[in-house]
Amino acid sequence: MNIIVCIKQVPETTDVKIDPETNTLIREGVASIINPFDTYAIEEGVRLREKFGGKVTVLSMGPPQAQEALREAISVGADEGVLLSDRAFAGSDTWATSYTLAKAIEKIGAFDIILCGKQASDGDTAQVGPGISTHLDIPQVTYVKKIEEIKENAVKVERMTEGGFEIIEAPIPCLMTVVKEINEPRLPSLRGKMKARKAEIKVMTSKDLDLDPSKIGLNGSPTKVMKIFTPPPRKGGQILQGEADRVAADLVELLKSEV
Amino acid sequence: MDYLLTEEQVMIRDLARRIAEEKIRPVAAKYDEGEEFPWPIVKVLADSDLCGIYIPEEYGGTGGGVTELVLATEELSKACGGIALAFAATALGIYPILLYGSDEQKKKYLPDIAKGKKLAAFAITEAEAGSDVGSIRTTAKKEGDHYILNGTKQWITNGGEAETYTVIAMTNKSKGTRGASAFIVEKGTPGFDFGKKEDKLGIRASATRELVFTDCKIPKENLLGREGMGFIVAMKTFDNSRPGVAAQAVGIAQGAFDLALKYAHERQQFGRSISSFQGIQFMLADMATEIEAARALVISSARMIDSGAKDVGAVSAMAKIYASDIAMKVTVDCVQIYGGYGYMKDYPVEKYMRDAKITQIYEGTNQVQRNVIAAALIKSLVKKK
Repeated sequence: MNIIVCIKQVPETTDVKIDPETNTLIREGVASIINPFDTYAIEEGVRLREKFGGKVTVLSMGPPQAQEALREAISVGADEGVLLSDRAFAGSDTWATSYTLAKAIEKIGAFDIILCGKQASDGDTAQVGPGISTHLDIPQVTYVKKIEEIKENAVKVERMTEGGFEIIEAPIPCLMTVVKEINEPRLPSLRGKMKARKAEIKVMTSKDLDLDPSKIGLNGSPTKVMKIFTPPPRKGGQILQGEADRVAADLVELLKSEV
Repeated sequence: MDYLLTEEQVMIRDLARRIAEEKIRPVAAKYDEGEEFPWPIVKVLADSDLCGIYIPEEYGGTGGGVTELVLATEELSKACGGIALAFAATALGIYPILLYGSDEQKKKYLPDIAKGKKLAAFAITEAEAGSDVGSIRTTAKKEGDHYILNGTKQWITNGGEAETYTVIAMTNKSKGTRGASAFIVEKGTPGFDFGKKEDKLGIRASATRELVFTDCKIPKENLLGREGMGFIVAMKTFDNSRPGVAAQAVGIAQGAFDLALKYAHERQQFGRSISSFQGIQFMLADMATEIEAARALVISSARMIDSGAKDVGAVSAMAKIYASDIAMKVTVDCVQIYGGYGYMKDYPVEKYMRDAKITQIYEGTNQVQRNVIAAALIKSLVKKK
């Protein structure tokens, strides 16, 4: 079974700062990590390989230092890493990113399953995974919390919803995005770290892929960020005090008048 | 301080640090309280390949030595000196095989230890024989192709949990220490049972138990080295393992110190942080200095052993004495910095003080270590003449 896991290197913080001039993430002075949601995708990919054999390829698009994220993925069991890195890719939105990743996947070749984290901790869009499947014209199952069964040509999974979960069967090849409930990612092993240190990360540029130049990078991105701002925190609200039944009645009146 | 570690040693240290922080620290109080053996952590260590860092590659390890062992032991001990012992006491139990085992014995026992599938233990102490090895009462009598073991070992770390035991028993009582021999005994051998499990002051996550041998029949192939070499096997094992205890002590001291430093900075009295008082500052400065000195001694002694140097006994004894003595002092002072809170079990620092004490006692009391050092000093004087 050939598995491709798409990962993103993100700043190690939940308090992401935005450059007000360029409307992009400020990366200086912030350590980089693998997007936490992607670590579950890597773990699931490695578990599938341990069960069914085959290969786990991790794929990322980003600056040259994103190689470190790919090495880390190898230290926890992935077989090889591919990095898409080119100035021409800079400024890609989720559409251009998923287009470029899809083109790279076509280049990498035969695969059975693509795994992604449900979203990235910096952008929080949850669009790249579904975008890749659309560009590749393969089925997608998002928010997978358990892979129940892998059959000859299909996969049966539990998909998390707000109120519970759905059981879905999808044909293979397909793309799945996973939630943190799916597994507990392992720590790296010493032998894994040694392997990762020596591993050769394949770097691909725009020249290595059959791309439509109008669909990549900033120019190929239909999203235009006009402004990014932190919404003002909510004001204190109103606290009703007194006897419970009195307060309850007041609350009902208040709600009526507000609606 | 930079100890000029190799890239691989840095990897080992960082990996052990991560396991300590993510897997051990959150459960340290639970295992201390419950005196439960930390098998889930042993599994984590096994999966991380750390169990084989001091075992040669040909026997399934990654080929390091005492230096790798002390780096990992210190990191694990920062989070819990008791849990770290499942790992460190296995090294003690397996060193006799590493040092004196035949190729067959190494092939049979080392790979499972390197993979973390099995733990080991070393058994020398008895009720009437601790520092005085000549007083051992456990006997091993040769009968045909077998030895028959009888006797009781006491306070055996990893007792009951380990699969592989190296046991010192008398093959010829009339010869005193020269009548002692070392044997490998596997758990499950008929006549090999476990007695009382001890209720301890510290390192409570570690199992400390009696081993009881009643006409326990083991194949003669389980003898390590030759008959009568038991005392040498034990002493050389301790020469190699003492830096491990010292590293455990440094880890306990550093773990407590990290907490106390943070606490001193946060704790407000008289309208300011107590770390702004010189009385506290001097304590912190002394502790940091002593810990660093101990670490330097531990790593230096480990490197000397790994270099193949001959007379390492005194140096490894120095590391053990110094590190364990400062661990006791530092952890007492850390409780002092925490004040009343430090005395309460709601705070983690008192556990470090309880855990530190054993490092001055086991694998040779610090008084016996001084004997080792003095003997080496006098021997060197006699040699010069």
